[in-house]
Amino acid sequence: MTGPIHDVRPRASDLLETWNGEAVDARAVPVHPVSRFRAIVLEALAGGGRLAALFGRPAEGRVLLTAVLADDPEGRLALLSTLVDGAYPALSAEVPAAQGFERELAEQYGVRPEGHPWLKPLRFEPPLRPVRDAFGRRDPRATIPGEYPFFAVEGEEVHEVAVGPVHAGIIEPGHFRFQCHGEQVFHLEIVLGYQHRGVEPLLQGGPDRRSLALAESIAGDTSVGHGLAYVKALESLAGRPPPARAMALRGVALELERLANHVGDLGALAGDVGFLPTASYCGALRAEFLNATAELCGNRFGRGLLVPGGVRHDLGAAEAQAIAARVRGAWEKSRRAAGLFFESPSVRARLEGTGAVSRETALALGLVGPAARASGVDRDVRRDHAFGIFRFVHVPVVTADTGDVFARAWIRLLEGERSAAFVASQLENLPEGGARDPLGPLAPGSLVVSMVEGWRGEIAHVAVTDEAGRLARYKVKDPSFHNWFGLAMALRDGQISDFPLCNKSFNLSYAGHDL
Amino acid sequence: MLLLRTVLHLAALLALPPLLLGVVNRTKSIFAGRVGPPLLQPYLDLAKLLRKGAVYSRTTTWVFRAGPIVGLAAVASAGLLLSMGGAPAALSFAGDFVLFAYLLGLARFATALAALDTGSAFEGMGAAREVTFASLAEPALFLCLLVLARATGTLSLSGMLGPALPGAWGSAGPALLLAAIAVFVIALAENSRIPVDDPNTHLELTMIHEVMVLDHGGPDLAFILYGASLKLFLFGAILSRLVLGRGDGALASEALFFLGVLCFAVGVGVVESVMARLRIVRVPQLLVGASVLSVFALVLLLR
Repeated sequence: MTGPIHDVRPRASDLLETWNGEAVDARAVPVHPVSRFRAIVLEALAGGGRLAALFGRPAEGRVLLTAVLADDPEGRLALLSTLVDGAYPALSAEVPAAQGFERELAEQYGVRPEGHPWLKPLRFEPPLRPVRDAFGRRDPRATIPGEYPFFAVEGEEVHEVAVGPVHAGIIEPGHFRFQCHGEQVFHLEIVLGYQHRGVEPLLQGGPDRRSLALAESIAGDTSVGHGLAYVKALESLAGRPPPARAMALRGVALELERLANHVGDLGALAGDVGFLPTASYCGALRAEFLNATAELCGNRFGRGLLVPGGVRHDLGAAEAQAIAARVRGAWEKSRRAAGLFFESPSVRARLEGTGAVSRETALALGLVGPAARASGVDRDVRRDHAFGIFRFVHVPVVTADTGDVFARAWIRLLEGERSAAFVASQLENLPEGGARDPLGPLAPGSLVVSMVEGWRGEIAHVAVTDEAGRLARYKVKDPSFHNWFGLAMALRDGQISDFPLCNKSFNLSYAGHDL
Repeated sequence: MLLLRTVLHLAALLALPPLLLGVVNRTKSIFAGRVGPPLLQPYLDLAKLLRKGAVYSRTTTWVFRAGPIVGLAAVASAGLLLSMGGAPAALSFAGDFVLFAYLLGLARFATALAALDTGSAFEGMGAAREVTFASLAEPALFLCLLVLARATGTLSLSGMLGPALPGAWGSAGPALLLAAIAVFVIALAENSRIPVDDPNTHLELTMIHEVMVLDHGGPDLAFILYGASLKLFLFGAILSRLVLGRGDGALASEALFFLGVLCFAVGVGVVESVMARLRIVRVPQLLVGASVLSVFALVLLLR
């Protein structure tokens, strides 16, 4: 950042209103004193708003906090900032959804949120600037994940079970610490950070030739989701929306990613409860959707499809028809395999009532995506903050109300149904014209919030450019960032033997959280 | 002739059990639309494990090493007491069914102790689950054996599963049917199959039996796996004789017996293919259900 940030004139408005994918002048974001900032944010959240992102960047030797507030029913975003140094009163004391953001700030910039109920390192990343450690560790650079005092329960017959970071299956590393009484879980503490690669600093200073590949690998199973948020941010900063045909193809890729993962998750859930037929069918059918993505761009995970300004691979009419037919067929089979699963009484008995997250909890923690919708929280970026093709074609949003493993599984089936119909109809009616436009230079001194509904939920990227039009700060928020705490709450007072099933029903990303 | 049959049964007891696991796995793979592993794969796995060395944690004692050996020896001894295909067992005396049940109990005790010896939270949890469920499965097994004893009027396993059994179907058919269903449920629980446990899962927190043996490797693991397949065979033998036992000639009853054991393995595979696992809190209800069935059977006999 450049410019006299601290020189704040009184403004007519407390907030700078924007929307998903609109670049604004970074200096137009109102900067308030901390107490005023806190009051405005709390008031907005109490009025039904949502904290979509909260991030810092260095300014004038201090840290400029910027909050992105989302008004989902109106489809509007609002920005406001404050300058902090050393410590400030935590938002998390009143707004649990801010807990992760404030721990991240403490870790990255040494800003101590006073009164934070759970002030522990988030991902054990080294600070972005030399600071006094907010957690009181001697050397924040030398820490290893999980090196901190765990929450402990004491008493007769209370025992502790530690799982990970190395797991029995081929999955990402994460540490889970259960405080149990017999089979009952009092508390689950989740420690992440083993996958931290420093994605945000790597993207800063760009865009360069690595940037897109980096964005696509923020979370390996959400290549299209994160890649799309990134290219969308660049296009907004350059002021060049992609051609209609590219928008449609991007929407197809995003929904194919959702289909592959939802179908794979249904199979994995079946595997976890020992229900073989669906486990093996869905495992094979997931590959059909991955293969369809490969026909789209040559990569099963959609890498290399997106490019700032459009898509790199166009489809012929015959190819598009063939993929559409293939997706319809694969979905028909998937629906039958999932039907077997949901119609089996033993499966329903296993899923229903397991790992329930109440609507209140989901709202308080700011859960996103299928996990939120399963608890009756009606929120979907494709509708609330429509982007790209979803501004023209609406995909119905599905919600459930029980918030248990069954609801999270059921949501996946219903969403898959809508996505498959969307993919097939888009491929059959692709807009004419080119699929890629050249991208101009990025606007200097601008800020853009780019949100995408990935298959796990809301992906929010915030890009800020410097005076030369380079990325001065790039903030990434994966849906798992909020949802990991939802998993911890799903286990509270549950059975420890239900953990693997609950974990699979959320299926969160370790890499996306750890960045 | 009897001696020949006894020798045949002992040979079958030692050689056939891993094949049952192969049959179970093949059944499951057919249901899943896969080719599946070869039928004889369990033998190859055992051979592989026996060739390996074992790693022992420094925190374990001789208890840990004794677990697999005692477990296998106890189950194999229990096999000596079991009559197969209507022929008398190698070892038989009045009340031997109590020893049979407690030899199985001893095997479990040795495995649970070995698990506790590791001091791992997982294994302790698994041992706690295993003995909790066993304390419910054991009464059910005893009740079933009592039904058999009452129906056949004998107190040894050889008598209960011997020539008197086919006749008992005529006089006490309903009771024996209830007992057979209960034995099948107990067999699923005792052998850690779905719906009680999932032998294929890698998720430690949901395991019951498997989690107790996570720290064993090499020959120790081979003993454990072999012992587990022996146990499955024992239950298959009881059920096969109970359900298909007909007394017409040695050859026919032998053929029926082995066919029955094979059908048992297929049945286990079918159950695993069409059912999901129960929540662990529901397992006691299943086992109590098995006990209730055998109590009903006993009431039918005693009225």
